[in-house]
Amino acid sequence: MIEVKDLHFSYPTGLEALKGINLTVEDGEFLAVMGQNGAGKTTLVKHFNGLLKPTTGEVLVNGTSTQDISVAKLARKVGFVFQNPDHQLFSESVEDEIAFALKNFGFEEETIKKQVDWALNLLDIEQYRKTSPFMLSGGERKRVALASILAWDPQVIVMDEPTIGQDHQQKEKLQQFIIQLNAQKKTVIVVTHDVEFVAECNPQVILMSQGKILVGGKAEDVLTNPKLVAQASIVPPQITQIFLRLADLGLPTNIIDVHEATKILLEHLRRRK
Amino acid sequence: MAVIETKNLTYTYPGATKPSIQNVSITINKGDFVILTGPSGCGKTTLCRTFNGLVPHFYNGTLEGEITVAGLKVADHKIHELARHVGLVFQNPENQLFALSVEKDVAFGLENSAMPRDEMRKRVDWALQMAGISELSERPPHELSGGQQQRVAIASVLSMQPDIMVLDEPTSFLDPVGAEKIFKVINDLNKKLGITIILVEHRLDLAAKYANKVIVMNEGAVALTGTPREIFTSEKARLIGVGIPKATKLYQHLKRQGVTLKTVPVTTEETANLLLEMLKND
Repeated sequence: MIEVKDLHFSYPTGLEALKGINLTVEDGEFLAVMGQNGAGKTTLVKHFNGLLKPTTGEVLVNGTSTQDISVAKLARKVGFVFQNPDHQLFSESVEDEIAFALKNFGFEEETIKKQVDWALNLLDIEQYRKTSPFMLSGGERKRVALASILAWDPQVIVMDEPTIGQDHQQKEKLQQFIIQLNAQKKTVIVVTHDVEFVAECNPQVILMSQGKILVGGKAEDVLTNPKLVAQASIVPPQITQIFLRLADLGLPTNIIDVHEATKILLEHLRRRK
Repeated sequence: MAVIETKNLTYTYPGATKPSIQNVSITINKGDFVILTGPSGCGKTTLCRTFNGLVPHFYNGTLEGEITVAGLKVADHKIHELARHVGLVFQNPENQLFALSVEKDVAFGLENSAMPRDEMRKRVDWALQMAGISELSERPPHELSGGQQQRVAIASVLSMQPDIMVLDEPTSFLDPVGAEKIFKVINDLNKKLGITIILVEHRLDLAAKYANKVIVMNEGAVALTGTPREIFTSEKARLIGVGIPKATKLYQHLKRQGVTLKTVPVTTEETANLLLEMLKND
């Protein structure tokens, strides 16, 4: 469990990026952090693995303050996948990249091999095993970065903009994959601008603006509130946009899913006949 | 009039065992707004690199077939000649920005073309304003957020006022409202200034309404070309894994249940209007 208590954070330049954040992320929760560019989303999640420490206030991971534990120790529990994979990748082959942290954590040779194979397969990058990460496309590098974190099986996985550069099928895979992680009681925290991705996954969502949390709740409740969504520089999902236009017909407006939308429209048609 | 024409274009990176693009034959006309899409690793970025000669002049490797850009055969002209016609905005803005301030970055290309100072000032201010970052002009690019950097990268290319702009996922780091602003800027450049736009994009829901043409690539080859409407209703596009916008998907789902709207919508406005019309006439 991650508990954030009245967290304030200022960068050395004096910029106050977080202005009193209170948040609890339960074990096994799937949380999407959304909001304006510069709202403090990345700054917030960097507190979860101790990359940043609160200026005032507290962040507790499984009850221990991030002030009292080293980043290396925290990393075993909280894996962080950066927005830009190039900030993370450095090895000569994809295989070495994924094995690197496992070696550092002192896993046995055999376990390392097994975990590397598992992660390569999971992210569909088996064919690039011997390739240099820098020869790969942006989307592929992103998957290598993700594989290298998942390989050591952290309890919490934080992903900063995982869908950037990913094509439609990879996004679907990522979605299935998060559901799978969730089923194993992993906590998944995703920072994202991708409204359609969030609409398909329907996780818990917090909307941030100017260093504060505007609102938190289920995606279908948060993303369908036009006022809050606009305040966070987001647009509602396409399905919601359509249903907001149909509001005068007496149809519900808190719809984000295309299947549900179809069902409601068909029912509406049937009733009118 | 064709501004980019390729015939059986095939390119292999040095040391690669197979070509990244294969037998690509496309025509892009002046004033087109083209979306170039397809699964990751399908050769989109490589194709874009041929437009300003980065492939083959910078990356080397083997280029076969023909490509002409703004009337210039790419094989016979250097990158700096082609760059006068083609501006490239990279996927990752950090790979593009290097100066100590935003305005120096934006002015860099102009300085190299020996533009008079006054004109340069005007052009830089215009580009910064178009990209919505006038207030950042003195800031060092590396201290900015990903989204802000993306705008700087766009402004740097904009300042050159190229005939053709190639943008590789130019809004991927931006929040949706910021992304919409950028797409509107790009659309204005296309509709008002007649700049030909080639947009590499996976998220077709955001860009479809501005484009007149979609090119779908798969495994290094061109798999499909057509209008957004044609592509979104194509079974082949679905199989390749093109992300069909939800506005069109809703139409498809209803159709499968026996409810057919009058036309195939590609935007939320169109879907909403078609539904309103149908439900009112019912």
